[in-house]
Amino acid sequence: MTEAYIYDAVRTPRGKGKADGSLHEVTPVGLATQVLEAIRDRSEIDAGEIEDVAFGCVSPVGEQGAVVTRTAILNAGYPETTSGIQVNRFCASGLEAINIAAAKVKAGEADLTIGGGVESMSRVPMGSDGGAWPTDPTTAFKTYFVPQGISADLIATKYGLSRDDVDAYAVESQKRAAQSWKEKRFEKSIMPVKDVIGDVLLDHDETVRANTDMQSLGALNPSFAMLGEFPGFDAVALQKYAEFEKINHVHHAGNSSGIVDGAAAVLIGNEEIGKKLGIKPRARIRSMASIGSEPTIMLTGPEFAAAKALKRAGMDKKDIDLWELNEAFASVVLRFMQALDIDHSDINVNGGAIAMGHPLGATGAMIMGTMVDELERSGKETALITLCIGAGMGTATIIERVN
Amino acid sequence: MTYKTLKVDVDSDGIALVTIDVPGKSMNVWDADLMQDFSNWVNAFLADENVKGAVITSGKPSGFLAGADLNMLGGGGVGAGASSSKKEQFDSAFYLNSIFRKLETGGKPVKALQKGEAFAKPVAAAVNGLALGGGLEIVLACHHRVVADNPKIQLGVPEVQVGLLPGAGGTQRLPRLAGLQNAAMMATQGKPIDPATAKAQGIVQEVVPADQVVAKAKEWVKANPKVAQPWDKKGFKFPGGGGAMDPRAVQFFIGANAMAQKETNHNYPAIQYILSCLYEGSIVPMDTAIRIESKYFLKLLSSAQTRNMIRTLFINKQAAEKGEQRPKDVPPSELKKVGVLGAGMMGAGIAYVTAKGGAEVVLLDRDLEYAQKGKGYSEKIVEKGVSRGKVSKEKGDELLARITPTTDYNDLKDVDLIIEAVFEDPDVKKDVIQKTEAVIGKDVIFASNTSTLPITGLAKNSERPDQFIGIHFFSPVDKMPLVEIIPGEKSGDKSLATALDYVRMIKKTPIVVKDTRGFYTNRVVPPYLNEAMRMVAEGVKPALIENAAKSLGMPVGPLALTDETSQELGLRIARATAKETGQDASGDPVYQLLVKFVEDLGRKGRKSGGGFYEYPEGGKKHLWQGLSEICPPAAEQPSLEEAKERLLYAQLIPAAQCYAEGIVHDPQSADLGAIFGWGFAPWTGGPMSHIDTIGVDSFVRKAESLAQKYGGRFNPPEKFRDMAKSGDKLYGKAA
Repeated sequence: MTEAYIYDAVRTPRGKGKADGSLHEVTPVGLATQVLEAIRDRSEIDAGEIEDVAFGCVSPVGEQGAVVTRTAILNAGYPETTSGIQVNRFCASGLEAINIAAAKVKAGEADLTIGGGVESMSRVPMGSDGGAWPTDPTTAFKTYFVPQGISADLIATKYGLSRDDVDAYAVESQKRAAQSWKEKRFEKSIMPVKDVIGDVLLDHDETVRANTDMQSLGALNPSFAMLGEFPGFDAVALQKYAEFEKINHVHHAGNSSGIVDGAAAVLIGNEEIGKKLGIKPRARIRSMASIGSEPTIMLTGPEFAAAKALKRAGMDKKDIDLWELNEAFASVVLRFMQALDIDHSDINVNGGAIAMGHPLGATGAMIMGTMVDELERSGKETALITLCIGAGMGTATIIERVN
Repeated sequence: MTYKTLKVDVDSDGIALVTIDVPGKSMNVWDADLMQDFSNWVNAFLADENVKGAVITSGKPSGFLAGADLNMLGGGGVGAGASSSKKEQFDSAFYLNSIFRKLETGGKPVKALQKGEAFAKPVAAAVNGLALGGGLEIVLACHHRVVADNPKIQLGVPEVQVGLLPGAGGTQRLPRLAGLQNAAMMATQGKPIDPATAKAQGIVQEVVPADQVVAKAKEWVKANPKVAQPWDKKGFKFPGGGGAMDPRAVQFFIGANAMAQKETNHNYPAIQYILSCLYEGSIVPMDTAIRIESKYFLKLLSSAQTRNMIRTLFINKQAAEKGEQRPKDVPPSELKKVGVLGAGMMGAGIAYVTAKGGAEVVLLDRDLEYAQKGKGYSEKIVEKGVSRGKVSKEKGDELLARITPTTDYNDLKDVDLIIEAVFEDPDVKKDVIQKTEAVIGKDVIFASNTSTLPITGLAKNSERPDQFIGIHFFSPVDKMPLVEIIPGEKSGDKSLATALDYVRMIKKTPIVVKDTRGFYTNRVVPPYLNEAMRMVAEGVKPALIENAAKSLGMPVGPLALTDETSQELGLRIARATAKETGQDASGDPVYQLLVKFVEDLGRKGRKSGGGFYEYPEGGKKHLWQGLSEICPPAAEQPSLEEAKERLLYAQLIPAAQCYAEGIVHDPQSADLGAIFGWGFAPWTGGPMSHIDTIGVDSFVRKAESLAQKYGGRFNPPEKFRDMAKSGDKLYGKAA
């Protein structure tokens, strides 16, 4: 089968996802437009060569609705011949969009594609698209629906993760993110976001708090204890996880991913198109996988997705040099490390969403870019990128450095 | 046209007054006749151009209309025919919905109503008394609703209490009038509201003096010749938001779904389906919405579980309370004054419920201080009730005035019934029986509230054993709804009749059981609690045991219940049983666990050092951490389903044995006793109903496989093996 290569990756910095966030004045189409412009312009390629663009977006309604990807393609001045699709696999949408874009190349449907994502959480709040799953009694009852925060606390309960464990993880995430920014580790991918008069609005991730420590986190109250009590999501979760008397609520704003705005794009193509256009591949996509897992605990999918991706690549976990798992909640990463016996020094080496935020539809593409950069910077060979997903799923991609 | 159940009078303004009066019934209910009559009337009304509008009221002073005749539903009326097609079943379930819809649209196309090109004939409800279930639903289908201003009038949709849902438009019109939240509260909890609340919520429009309901309703009809329901007008919106896209509705459903799961443990589909009717119905127009409602209604009605619930919780419960087991030819007893002997916890409770039932109580104890303390129990309950506005100060004072504490047996000389609740010691009882019989009237029934001593044995102390009977209360007496009546060998008809009359007076549910050790409920509960303790000893995680019981629908886990009844009592019973049967208990893991708790750890029960749980002061109880050291969790844990099955069969088997041995005489009593005695999962309709639902054959096979796995105590009784072979059911083939 044709190989798919990553030729380039760009992302916006992440702006605080509230009305006082620096990117709040930019429309989601504007964010998507700017990353599409950047990846075209810095590769110096004719956008007409880009056949299809897949963008993840988790709340595709309102100004993110009506296939935001196609709107951004046209807005970015791509020729009308470039098609666009909007992808929703909840938190892994950005990575799934890359996998779709890569699959098109591998299958011979296209030579050059873009995978990426966009989410302006300050403008189209999480949950804006409603959905039957938690709302329709039939599906809520059948799946024992609980919000993700309860699931994250259930993971902590089931796998014996204490409040100190998750807080310590969060402190380290902040430290690594701050250090990475200090060492300009994100420089290759970061594309400052400009306003309508062309002035720079934001050139760095806005939510990093270098001075976070155990004490400051210790002062925060658990965020999901109240929801657990009323309307009673703890009871719902325990109906399935009956071996526990209660849920240990350990997560709060400081050890969960931040709500932010952002967009990212990754340029993917086969070997021939690179030669034709004179662009150099940076990484090869070794394998891709998605799985479904138990929906109430919801966020344990990455270990199974990773196992499937490894198997499909014919690799062993020892063959992976760097692991990147989206920091939706600290317990998700700690459980993943526990399940696959991964050392903390090999995973999320530049920090993650706890420090820098999780713009739902874009995150998968952002952390893909982070790994491409980090493999080049560190000289390591392989990386596995994965995310936990709502309703119990996991998506993973394994890449290998080419240069 | 002539009607059996309706009276129709058209006045000079052309307004028809339709008076519902179902003959031979003290209260109007939807039965086959009323449904047929009402349908005929709607058609005649819409066809008759001389009739301009209508007012619907009731001819019964007892109320407006109390809902559907559950005997009709439970007995296999609407939608019951297994042989009929889905379409026929649906049409049957949709019958009232279709009539009501025709009435409110005037038989006009909805599009014409929306455009203002057509109108319905105005129909108003004049509600003079309670309107429940289908009784409220007909009111909702009227265009205007006038209710008498009596706060005691109950307006509600209680169907959920027997496992059903309001199936005549209730789940659709209530949210369109009062919003999703109010509708959900009413329909999922089944609690009625008063007229003022209904008006505030927009469910009714006028609350007027009782003698004006019809006049006001007519006035409105006269003034509004061209009408349509709000939901049949253009631009209708749900009050407070509705539909799948309104963020308020989304938040509401996410919360309601969780609350409902927490409350029901997935055991009561009615609540889920009510929420589904609200959710799905709020997205579509009324004509589609009521079809959806009828389909969910039919889904419930055709499930064995709903039929079991209707049968046990409604039909059989009422029959028992009305004295089905009562010897018919004994004249009703007049119980004006009751002597209660012993003012301990049980006696004090019995004194309270008896006084509450309206009788005078002579509360006798050896020591006046004790007797007064016994009355103090009633004082505390009354005080609490008054402070919460549940009972008026006057009523409370009257109740208390009926209780007279004493130490003097002569005060018993004019009582109509004796209930003895002294210490469980044969000698003490003997003394009390003799002293009492020396003063009471020759024909007065003597009832003993014993839980451990055989009635026939106690009756030997009586000079009048034919007037001696057992009435077994449960603790706390004022809260527990069941009473076991135990006739001894020589108890006569009058004793049984009097005991049942008494139970009726205090508004509890009686079952009649055989005079054996533990009677019925205390024959079943100990083996169940022991099974849970056996699981603990085997290393099953205690949280799994407790959650499995709750998942099964038990109100409280067996380990928590053991703490309540106390490990100390458990050990005492285990020793007494061992002594009686001559078996050596020392090797029994349950016995060992009890000894460990009571004698080594001093964890004798909730009130004495804690038990399986810790009871922190002012905090929530939680499982005792030390338990995992005494009984380390096994590496291999049973699945939730396995744990549930084991705890379920630990109750089903002894209950089946009681029935097989004639300790309970019929499946009805076995079911009532289980649900109201020890809280056996009400959604099943009781253990016997549940065995029928599982299938006697499947029950026997499952019991046998559990016996192989866990021990002979799970073996099914021979009688059930025979039934499985012959294909018999507990409730007979028709049930």
